Amino acid sequence: MYDVVIIGAGVIGCSIARELSKYKLKTLVLEKENDVCCGTSKANSAIVHAGFDAKPGTLKGELNAKANIMFDKLSEDLGFHFRRNGSLVLCLDEMDMDKLFELKERGEKNGVPGLKILTGEEVRNLEPAVTDKVVAALYASTGGIVCPFNLTIALAENAYVNGVEFSFNSEVLELKKIDNTFEIKTFNNTIISKLVINAAGVYSDKFNNLLSENKFTIIPRKGEYNLFDKYVGYIADRTLFQLPTKLGKGILVSPTTDGNLIVGPNAVDIEDKDDVSTTREGLDDIMEKALLSIKNIPIGSVITSFSGLRARSEKDDFIIGEAPDVPNFINAASIESPGLTCSPLIGEIIAEIVVNKLEPEANKAFNPKREGIVRFNELNLEEKKDIISKKPEYGRIVCRCEYVTEGEILDAIRRPLGAKDLDGIKRRTRAGAGRCQAGFCMSRVMEILQSELNIPPTEITKFGRQSKILVGLSKENISQEDGK
Amino acid sequence: MNYDLVIIGGGPSGLAAAIAAKENGVDKLLILDREAYLGGILIQCIHNGFGLHTFKEELTGPEYAQRFIDKIDELSIAYKLNTLVLDITEDKTIYAVNPEEGLLEIKAKAIILAMGCRERPRGALTIPGTRCTGIMTAGSAQKFVNMKGFMPGREVVVLGSGDIGLIMARRMSFEGAKVKAVVELLPYSSGLKRNIVQCLDDYDIPLLLSHTVVKIHGKDRLEGVTISKVGNDMKPIKESEEYIRCDTLLLSVGLLPENELSRKAGVELSLITGGAMVDSYLQTNIPGIFACGNVLHVHDLVDNVSTESYIAGKNASIYIKGFLNNDNKVSLKAVEGVRYTVPHFINPEAVSDNITVRFRVDNVYKGASIAVYFDDIKVINKRKKILTPGEMEEVKLTSDMFSKCPNAASITFKVERSL
Repeated sequence: MYDVVIIGAGVIGCSIARELSKYKLKTLVLEKENDVCCGTSKANSAIVHAGFDAKPGTLKGELNAKANIMFDKLSEDLGFHFRRNGSLVLCLDEMDMDKLFELKERGEKNGVPGLKILTGEEVRNLEPAVTDKVVAALYASTGGIVCPFNLTIALAENAYVNGVEFSFNSEVLELKKIDNTFEIKTFNNTIISKLVINAAGVYSDKFNNLLSENKFTIIPRKGEYNLFDKYVGYIADRTLFQLPTKLGKGILVSPTTDGNLIVGPNAVDIEDKDDVSTTREGLDDIMEKALLSIKNIPIGSVITSFSGLRARSEKDDFIIGEAPDVPNFINAASIESPGLTCSPLIGEIIAEIVVNKLEPEANKAFNPKREGIVRFNELNLEEKKDIISKKPEYGRIVCRCEYVTEGEILDAIRRPLGAKDLDGIKRRTRAGAGRCQAGFCMSRVMEILQSELNIPPTEITKFGRQSKILVGLSKENISQEDGK
Repeated sequence: MNYDLVIIGGGPSGLAAAIAAKENGVDKLLILDREAYLGGILIQCIHNGFGLHTFKEELTGPEYAQRFIDKIDELSIAYKLNTLVLDITEDKTIYAVNPEEGLLEIKAKAIILAMGCRERPRGALTIPGTRCTGIMTAGSAQKFVNMKGFMPGREVVVLGSGDIGLIMARRMSFEGAKVKAVVELLPYSSGLKRNIVQCLDDYDIPLLLSHTVVKIHGKDRLEGVTISKVGNDMKPIKESEEYIRCDTLLLSVGLLPENELSRKAGVELSLITGGAMVDSYLQTNIPGIFACGNVLHVHDLVDNVSTESYIAGKNASIYIKGFLNNDNKVSLKAVEGVRYTVPHFINPEAVSDNITVRFRVDNVYKGASIAVYFDDIKVINKRKKILTPGEMEEVKLTSDMFSKCPNAASITFKVERSL
């Protein structure tokens, strides 16, 4: 029997798992996909928000600024990419100035430090690509950007080495409370647990509503993005939001921690919780709006487009805590923006609830540190020489766009909770995340996966399930007759 | 490490440039290539049709490459494989890496950029829909099929009618897949006429001109695509949408010269070709850095790559000896139907021989002429039955023309409709 089962290995589930690994608890994370970070956590703006956006008095408003300041130490401990680049909310109309001041006031109520109103002139001095339409902006020095894959993977790896179990391709098919324990059925397993934590993202309503009368509904809100080549990364150094107007919430233009430029998202409520398709209208819309903030973005430098689903409920706030009518069933649900930012703190809050209930001993062996994958491309010349002399596989570049070496790919596969598919390698190392989008390196990465996992090339997937790259051998389905 | 000449890329372009340099007296030269073999992309091009111009024979890609590799060995030209160049500085220091020697710092008197090109990926087209598997560039598929013996799919739609797409439509049919259509946005194919005949017509594969893929369907693996006709404005016409079931979408939607390194070195690039701006020596704005082959501009025929690269190799040898005359450049102007020219400048004093100028037109022209003007004096009027963007054109400027118009400030290329 497990003490705790966490449903969902997104950033929330993994953050909770890591917090719980500080205690002597038998904890299991169940994930329906082949890897961690496969849902909302993988496709979002990758922003560590300062905290001025949420309404004071809401959980979002209460947690955001507090969680924001956790990122410096956390990124150091866990070796993920985080940069406090600062953010600007651009005001495009004199008539909206009072809204900008309102936003500043709201931020101050939420405990956001260092907020400042800048003139259009000052904004353009900081960010030369900003358009002349911008009349002023709210500057937040604590705004930051993070690599959401790195963050989630780091939390999961650290939880794992500190004793948390993970089970992938383990969709929860049934969830029952029998007496004082929970029975959880997956495709090939039945698991008993004292306590269940619902961190199932867009599916969190399903699990809550199975057990609780205090129901809620997640209405996925899709957001589409364009990601640009690094050579236009210079366009924005800070994250550029737009002040919401009657036309909508506006979109952001931001650098990523890897030096690309990201533009998006729009917001469309949808029904299908698996629908992460992009649309022509959506992609056109975000580009049109981006040009209100930025003078020019060469559309030809888009390297990929994607969409993500915000796990938004009608409660319009995070749902964190034990379901009132189901003891030991704890929700970490309805986590929409600023969920990524709040994830470290949500982990702590949920862990505290668990600790109060189960009163576990501390895990004295807990190691808070995790070494990230060495990024060859980020080393200086001396360090590069050094690592190749010790490990020649760091001298073989596999992904030529992002300069990812074989050494990094082997590390990504061999390390705890290692990569099992192409996306897993991409998210851990960036091989295939560059401008050619794996055109050159895919076959080489497949060869490495093949020999490390000892599987045939036809079994290699992009992201598990049926996402195979190859379907069989050449000519194998040509009959003798056809071959004449 | 010091070399007179370092050639970046050991594909057809780099090999020809190296041979020419060596034959013109450069002894300390080195080829760097990131792959485990010389020959570049030719090694996966196992179809025939290479070398018709150069060798008057129809060779496969590997056979064509081997002729050059043999010559490299014969001339004892040094090369390093599995070696990726990380950086080039303006003063011609090259940082490269390989597993055996680690990080290399190489100082060169001259550099030839011969890195070739890459395929435009799906992302660059922003085709809406899901992000399932089964979508790859035609070249990636070619590598799997020709070099690894694996099939990326069974029911195929090809988007784009570039040569690789046409070649792969045939190859996939040949290997047992059903190719349902080749879909081309433009009203004409960007591939060679002979490839349309030999790869599509001979295999009954429909070529749908003025069509595009407007949506990708499928959760894990591609299940189908929605295609649509496009109007004169290139915008899809909603009513014409049609669903095609397929498990594979191959993309042949353009090639991009791989100039990330050139950019780092400060080489000035053309917005049209994506390659360096060069003079008639094929020298970039940085003295001693030359460019040739597909990294300079995308070619249709490898034979043209080879002849162009010989010129770069030869001129690099003259530069190393200190005899390259860099004064006085005349701009070539591409107007009225001509998209670009390579070279972009000509050094008239150095024209002792003919200079080949290569260019592409921007549309299909029937019964038109290529006209070349030195200032406003027409020096060339070349009638063509048909001009298409898919076929690179060339004209030769002779020393005679330069001596007749010694003070021309510019040379203009245009398409003129015959009356």
